[in-house]
Amino acid sequence: MSATPETEAAGRRRGAPAGRPVLEARGIVKRFGHVEALRGADFTVGEAEVVALIGDNGAGKSTLIKTLSGVHAPDEGELRVAGEPVRFATPVDARRAGVETVYQDLAVADDLSVAANLYLGREILRPGALGRLGLLDKRAMRRGATEALDQLGVRIPRVTTPIAMLSGGQRQSVAVARAIIWATNVVILDEPTAALGVVQTERVLDVVRRARDVGMSVVLVSHNMPQVLEIADRVEVLRLGRRAARFRAADVTTDDLVAAMTGAMTADEEDR
Amino acid sequence: MSTAEQTAEARGRTSEWLRERMSHALSELTAAGALVILFIALSFASPHFLTSDNLFNIGAQTAVIAIIATAQTMVIITKGIDLSVGSVAALSGVVGAIVVRDLGFSVWAATAVAIAVGAAAGLVNGLLVTVARIPPFIATLGTMSVGRGLVFIVTGSVGVYSLPESFQLLGNGEFLGLPFAVVLTAIVAVGVAFLLSQTRFGRYTYAMGSNLEAARRSGVPVRRHLTAVYVLAGVLVGLGGMIAASRVNSGQPNYGIALELDVIAAAVIGGASLFGGQGRIIGTLIGAFLIAVVRNGAVLLDISIHYQQVIVGVIIWAAVYFDQLRRQRLEARG
Repeated sequence: MSATPETEAAGRRRGAPAGRPVLEARGIVKRFGHVEALRGADFTVGEAEVVALIGDNGAGKSTLIKTLSGVHAPDEGELRVAGEPVRFATPVDARRAGVETVYQDLAVADDLSVAANLYLGREILRPGALGRLGLLDKRAMRRGATEALDQLGVRIPRVTTPIAMLSGGQRQSVAVARAIIWATNVVILDEPTAALGVVQTERVLDVVRRARDVGMSVVLVSHNMPQVLEIADRVEVLRLGRRAARFRAADVTTDDLVAAMTGAMTADEEDR
Repeated sequence: MSTAEQTAEARGRTSEWLRERMSHALSELTAAGALVILFIALSFASPHFLTSDNLFNIGAQTAVIAIIATAQTMVIITKGIDLSVGSVAALSGVVGAIVVRDLGFSVWAATAVAIAVGAAAGLVNGLLVTVARIPPFIATLGTMSVGRGLVFIVTGSVGVYSLPESFQLLGNGEFLGLPFAVVLTAIVAVGVAFLLSQTRFGRYTYAMGSNLEAARRSGVPVRRHLTAVYVLAGVLVGLGGMIAASRVNSGQPNYGIALELDVIAAAVIGGASLFGGQGRIIGTLIGAFLIAVVRNGAVLLDISIHYQQVIVGVIIWAAVYFDQLRRQRLEARG
C-alpha cells in the first residue's frame, strides 16, 4: 500500500500512521474451535503516536491485543516489528521485541512495593559475586524507580509503599509506568482507565501523553469515545474480526466512530 | 492536581508512612506482647517454669516447631500450604535413625540422609503443584498420607531404638552453653530471612503469592521457582524431623501427627497470610515460641493434651480471623 506516493497520501488521508510503522499486524486470523475471532485483521502503530483500538463487544479487540502481546499465537497472518517479521510464542517474546502490555486487572503484585513491582522479573542485582548469589541491589532499584516515576509525572508517596496501600489511580499509573519504562517500541494498554474516577483517569492519561512525547508508541483499547478523541492521534476500528476503518482523531466525531463500529460506515476499502 | 489535594496528600504522608510500617509489624508485635504476658503469667503459675532446665527444654521444643514453621512460612507466602510436614518430619526422623542403627552411619551422615528424604518429599509436593496442577492443600494432603504410610512400612510400626548416645547431638546437645537445636534454628532462621528479604529468590516468592499471573507475565520462571520453594521447605522439614528424633533418641513412627497445625499456627500468628504474599521469619519465630510456651505451660499446669489441642485450634481461628480483617482493611483502601 505504500508502493507509490499517491496511495500513501490516500492512506494518510484515511488515517494511516504518519511515521514509520513500529508494530504491524497483517491479515491476522485467530480461531477458537469453530469461532473465528479474527478474520484477517490488520493493525498498525506508527512511531511516537497514540493509537486507539475501538470496536463493539465481540469485535475481536481482546483477541487482537493478546496476539500483539504474545498471549495468543495467530493461526494465519503476520506480525512485524519495525518492518521485520516476528513470531511471539509467549508474552516474554513480545517483551523482548520491546512490546509491553498492561492488562486490565492483573498488572501488579499488591504485596510488593512500587519499586519491586517496577523491577519485577528484571531485578537489579548487586555487582560481582553477591549478585551471582541473587542478592538484590535495592537501593539502585529505589533510585531508578523514583527517577522513572518523576519523569512520567506519577505521584506516589514513596517507592517503598506496597501497591496495596495506593489508590486505584496510583496503582494503574504504576502499572502503566512500568510498561512504559521497559518498552522500547510499543506499550499496549487494555482499558487502563475503565475502573477509575475522573481525576484518576486524567492522571493516567497524562502519563500516556508524556510517554508519547518522549517517542513511545501507545496502543490504547477503550470504550470511552470522548476519551479516545481526546488522547489518541489515530483511531483504528475493529468490526467482526477485521479492521473496518481508520481515522486521524482530529478529523472525526464520536458519531463517526460509533458509525464505523456498528457498520454504518466503512473507510478502509482501499487497504483491504 | 489541585493545591488542596496536594496539601491533603502531604498531610496524609506522615501518618501513612507510620501505618505502612505498622501494618508489617502489627501481628508480630501482637504476638510478641501475647508471648510476654504468657511468660509472666506462667512464671507466677508454676514454680518450674523459669527453671533453666525448663527453659532449655522450651528452647529445644521451639527449635523443631520454628524450623518447620520457617519452611511452612515460605510455602504460605506463595499462597500455598504444606499439610505433609508432620509425616515428612517423621519419615526423615525414622530413616535417619534406621541408617544409624542398621548401616552404622554417623549422626552427620544420617542428618544428610534425613534432609535428602525431606527434599525428595518437597520435590514431590512441588511437582504435584506445578506440573500436575493439584491445589497445594490437596497435593500435600496426599503426601501427608503417603508419608505416614511409608513411615509405618519402613519401621514395621515399631519405634527405632538402640541408637548410640551420639544420636542425641542435634536434639539434646549443647553448643557454647546453648541447646544445639537452638543454634541450628538461629542459623536456619537468619538464612531464610536473608533469602526472603534480600535476594531475587525471595522477591519472586512474595510476587508469586501476591499475584501469580502478574509474576508469570513479568517473566518470573514460576514453575521452577515454586518447585524450588517446596524443595527447600522439605529440606528444613527433614532437618526438623531429625532434631525431633534426636531429642527422644529414637525414631518414632507416630511423631508429628497434627504437627502441621502447630506450625501453621506459628506462621499465621507471626503475620504470614494464608492469602499469600505476606509473612516474615521473625514473626514466625515469635509464633513458634508462643506455641511452644503454650504447650509447655499446659504440661506444667497439668492441662491434658486434649485441651492443648483445643487451645491450639482456637489460636488458629483467632490468627486467621485477624489476618482476614487486616486484608479487608487494606483492600477497602485500594
